[in-house]
Amino acid sequence: MCLAIPGKLLEISSENGLKMGTIDVNGARTRACLEYVPEIQVGNYTIVHAGFALKIIDEEEAAESLKLWAELVEKGAFDPFDELPSSGAV
Amino acid sequence: MTIEPVCPAPITQHESVQMAHGAGGRLSQVLMQRVFMPHLHNQFLDLLDDQAKLDLPTGRTAFTTDTYVVSPVFFPGGNIGELAVNGTVNDLAVGGAKPLYLSAGFVLEEGFPLADLETIVMSMAAAALKAGVMIVTGDTKVVGKGQCDKIFINTTGVGAIREGVDLSCRNLKPGDALILSGTVGDHGMAIMTSRQGLSFQSTIKSDCASLNHMIGAVLDAVPAVSAMRDPTRGGVAATLNELAAASSVGIEINETAIPVKPDVRGACELLGIDPLHVANEGKLVLAVATRDADKVLEVMRATEEGRDAVIIGSVVADHPGMVVMRTAFGSRRIVDLPLGEQLPRIC
Amino acid sequence: MKYIDEYRDPQLARKLLAEIHRVTTRSWTIMEICGGQTHSIIRNGIDQLLPDAIELVHGPGCPVCVTPLESIERALEIAAQKEVIFTSFGDMLRVPGSSRDLFMVRSEGGDVRILFSPLDSLQIARDNPDKEVVFFAVGFETTAPANAMAVWQAVREGIQNFSILVSQVMVPPAMRAILSSPGNRVQGFLAAGHVCAVMGYEEYEPVAQEFHVPIVPTGFEPVDLLAGILETVEQLEEGRAELVNRYARVVSREGNRKAKEIIENVFEVTDRQWRGIGLIPGSGLGLREEFARFDAEKKFNVSHICASESPLCMSGQVLQGALKPDACPAFAKECTPEHPLGATMVSSEGACAAYYNYHRKFTP
Ligand code: SF4
Repeated sequence: MCLAIPGKLLEISSENGLKMGTIDVNGARTRACLEYVPEIQVGNYTIVHAGFALKIIDEEEAAESLKLWAELVEKGAFDPFDELPSSGAV
Repeated sequence: MTIEPVCPAPITQHESVQMAHGAGGRLSQVLMQRVFMPHLHNQFLDLLDDQAKLDLPTGRTAFTTDTYVVSPVFFPGGNIGELAVNGTVNDLAVGGAKPLYLSAGFVLEEGFPLADLETIVMSMAAAALKAGVMIVTGDTKVVGKGQCDKIFINTTGVGAIREGVDLSCRNLKPGDALILSGTVGDHGMAIMTSRQGLSFQSTIKSDCASLNHMIGAVLDAVPAVSAMRDPTRGGVAATLNELAAASSVGIEINETAIPVKPDVRGACELLGIDPLHVANEGKLVLAVATRDADKVLEVMRATEEGRDAVIIGSVVADHPGMVVMRTAFGSRRIVDLPLGEQLPRIC
Repeated sequence: MKYIDEYRDPQLARKLLAEIHRVTTRSWTIMEICGGQTHSIIRNGIDQLLPDAIELVHGPGCPVCVTPLESIERALEIAAQKEVIFTSFGDMLRVPGSSRDLFMVRSEGGDVRILFSPLDSLQIARDNPDKEVVFFAVGFETTAPANAMAVWQAVREGIQNFSILVSQVMVPPAMRAILSSPGNRVQGFLAAGHVCAVMGYEEYEPVAQEFHVPIVPTGFEPVDLLAGILETVEQLEEGRAELVNRYARVVSREGNRKAKEIIENVFEVTDRQWRGIGLIPGSGLGLREEFARFDAEKKFNVSHICASESPLCMSGQVLQGALKPDACPAFAKECTPEHPLGATMVSSEGACAAYYNYHRKFTP
């Protein structure tokens, strides 16, 4: 359901009494309301849905899970470049 | 005190388009002389006849027309005038023709600023000069406020088809390579992100450009190209589907080979839009026998418009009429025709 | 793109796939709740790469698909009124009512505008004080904070010419409905990552226990999805049924406290119709009494409008995972994205449309 894309906060401003910000998504810039992430700081990554920042991305958690998965790549039983059996669709 | 009777002279210096500018009288002439002629004049247009009398080269002639209604009229990387010239030039060029002459018909909304009109006409002149074509005849109509959106432009063009070149969307053969001249989605995303209501601060520029010089260079080097198309509305996905259907062949492309500019990709992700479905206005899709593909790539990459040219896939005998993409993960999926207008989605 | 590209790494994805193949010994049926997940799975062909023994069924998590026909009819009725500027996310414009969609209303002169944020709708209301501006507030819990904030802000600024047509639905009651239905085949869930970003996952813990199903909050990129599937399969193989968060960079147990607070302040829990499924008690949000003046249904007096579905459409069963889209007799025949019979054929993440676009067999 909910398309929410990570972007980086470039600046904080205020509009009609709401905390707003400019979010950079790979060079495209969009405005987002920051009311739900009051502790956000410039440079933080957040996910944006329908013009609202909903969560500051937890960099530690992200690094942690990537590390875990990288270990999996190291030790797994299959060679990742093996052809996998496909279920035959398409 | 005496009042001297003065006959009130009609105002001829307007800031914006008036109904009378299209009525064929004095104001129409003012519009011609003030806005159009200074920028577009050439030996045909200067005669101010109702028609241009042209000597066309012998051989086959390509003839095409298109109407431009883009909103906003000015967008990052271009405006409606440039688009109207380049679009028609490209429609001629992808048929293997050398574009020669264009007509331009304007529908103006009452109240449209003359300064904006002049900017548009100047860009048309610049685009025509760059493409090496002449605008030789034209027409202007003015409609009441609300009857059109600022300005619509129709351009019609003729060009001379090069000898020995046979380009047709029915010519694709299994084994042909498919070449794309550069990044996809630039024009469509420039337009979408500059529309109001989408909370964007747009930095994305349209790729609006004429392709005839690049195409000329390709055909000089390899006359035996099978087909060319400029993937405008509907994007590369629509173009590939049209080619596959017209030639009754299958098309396979590689997801990882499709070039997309970073900011275009970012905007597409945000709005949930597939870059393959987004319009381009300065790109070329071309099919050519695999043995000639490297030669074509080399020629394209030496031109400004084709710097980022890549092979994106190939023509196959399987699944005729269908375009299939190999994903980065090794799975395959159908690339379908986009359905009408691209809508930003939240889900 | 940071936080996207890492999660689309083909090598990592194939490694996770290899793990899934290694741990799978039996057949399992897993439902991804969210239409965004369905879209990503089909688009990236993840379903083709999984072991045959794992069946993914596509859940009801697409607001476009589950917004009931009567809400659509009410929207069409309001949008056609002269003094109204009707604003909506792009998704809703093509959703068919019984005889027309919002595009058709627009072509007949209705002022229908596509927006990215409900706050843009408020701006239109400020700019057009002589018009009534209505926002079509559809969505799951993820979108509720945005819709709630628009109302909250309208109150703060005293904006009178703004209202919302609410069709807000919630995931946990739908999950319970699916699990309690007699024909249920779902053995594990990938929970919707962005719903959980707002709501957290506390409320799913009792569901996992009660129905003995693994529930795994999962993101939307291929690597996220595969990690979620791997976790679910591991649990199923070991006979466990736990809540394990596989989208920890975005989802926390308590979710977004401030967002939940405003939702709570503006909305109250109501029963809601789900298109194709029917009424699910306590599965929706409606405006609280004190915000009734922002309720477009009341303002335009359209609550009486009712509607019934095309008898051909089996989308209810599709949405509950009981039927694959291509098993519907109307699929790709009477029903196509150009002429959708059901909403699941409209949204590109609706299960039927996703199948149509990416998954038809290679028959010319
Ligand atoms: S294919 Fe069409 S008719 Fe069949 S369930 Fe899906 S939306 Fe309904």
